[in-house]
Amino acid sequence: MKKGAFEVKAGLSEMLKGGVIMDVTNVDQAKIAEDAGAVSVMALERIPADIRAHGGIARMSNPDMILKIREAVSIPVMAKCRIGHFAEAQILQEIGVDFIDESEVLTPADEENHIWKKDFRVPFVCGCRDLGEALRRIGEGAALIRTKGEPGTGDIVEAVRHMRKVMMQIRKLTILDKSELMTEAKHLGAPFEIVEWVAENGRLPVPNFAAGGVATPADASLMMQLGAETVFVGSGIFMSDDPKPRAEAIVKAVTHYDDPAALAEISKRLKEAMVGISASGLEEKEKMANRGW
Amino acid sequence: MSDLRIGVLGIQGAYARHAEMLSSAGVAAEIIKYREQLSGITGLVIPGGESTTLTRMMGFRIDYEDILNFAAAFPVFGTCAGLILLGTGCKDPRIRQLGFLDAVVTRNAYGSQKESFTEEITLAFDPGKHFHAIFIRAPKILSTGRSVRVLAAYGNQPVLIESGMHLGASFHPELTQDSRIHRYFIQKVKEINDGKTRRTA
Repeated sequence: MKKGAFEVKAGLSEMLKGGVIMDVTNVDQAKIAEDAGAVSVMALERIPADIRAHGGIARMSNPDMILKIREAVSIPVMAKCRIGHFAEAQILQEIGVDFIDESEVLTPADEENHIWKKDFRVPFVCGCRDLGEALRRIGEGAALIRTKGEPGTGDIVEAVRHMRKVMMQIRKLTILDKSELMTEAKHLGAPFEIVEWVAENGRLPVPNFAAGGVATPADASLMMQLGAETVFVGSGIFMSDDPKPRAEAIVKAVTHYDDPAALAEISKRLKEAMVGISASGLEEKEKMANRGW
Repeated sequence: MSDLRIGVLGIQGAYARHAEMLSSAGVAAEIIKYREQLSGITGLVIPGGESTTLTRMMGFRIDYEDILNFAAAFPVFGTCAGLILLGTGCKDPRIRQLGFLDAVVTRNAYGSQKESFTEEITLAFDPGKHFHAIFIRAPKILSTGRSVRVLAAYGNQPVLIESGMHLGASFHPELTQDSRIHRYFIQKVKEINDGKTRRTA
């Protein structure tokens, strides 16, 4: 028996495909999420929109709070640690979370380095704004990549920007001449061997999910059509007027993302989505997506 | 490529990997999201993913009863969450099982993801070469009925079983490059198909 191999870590990412991962802050929300058909929950003390409003230093959630959620649901539980804070990650692995999000939503602990994720048995997901950032995280051992988007805004524009950028840069690699790949790797700031792999296969070596600003079934469909394989929904569900039906609707929207008739039926019965804030109105220093290197 | 068409339930999970595996074994694979599609296929794979999500999504564009009717007539292969749905005796109210494999299956029986593992196992139908089995938050087959044949075990725990035309695995052959188990399932689909053709001829 061998534990913690990369194929076992990336295997869990494969199992999450075509599903929705929901941010939850307590046991009741976790049960609503599971009952609505979420494939996983992200346990955290405050959703990104509240972290934004609250200010101060955002840290790993209290292990007790995460464990209570883990006991309440049967689906995999994720939790966030600060960028570069490998001690938080060690604690999360110890208490048995199924996936660790090294997340820009929390205040970074290291402004130059991310966690060396290959040392862990538990898989990591990391955010990216472009292909270079995605491949650097994969080089460190991430088993799943997501867009950063702009968390806690309910504005999909940044997630679209990041997904389009990643997909465009992947397509570009597939048409470059082999002799051009090294210079492209230099421009991307990405490990050459992974650049070469992406050029040959036309996709990331790990699943590619969307996150940051998803608030409606249509947002989920948009991200899936742009190339996402699963969607994270943070503030979008529990900041809305109708968390339960909205959670169910977004689950259905991810399965039937390419079926406008189903999407219309799903969207009809919903109340107001979260009010949100425009990502373009944020100062650069207020943007969580700028955290990570 | 043969004229067989095998479906992969495409509600959620690793369905694309199963479709790739079937295609590489020379069979046309179709991702099934709508009940109408079931009439065009003669075998079905229920992939790994979350069994709660699969249960919850039944009744929107494809019903539990549609799968039940299909599985009464055609072979179904369930992996991980798919095995849970094919089995019996899971006391979890969040799950609705089909009961085509007479085996008591319990969910997520090895612990959290850090306990997930790989193991070399031996296939009863091809014992000469080990199969690299990937177990991810895997279910356990606690007991099997008389109709069930164990095709592979890990220790004394069955991990690959069949009952009549149905097949179930608690691990993920679709995540490897080894298509022997998929080919074994394709053979079952072929045999059932040939039988039906002979009867109608």
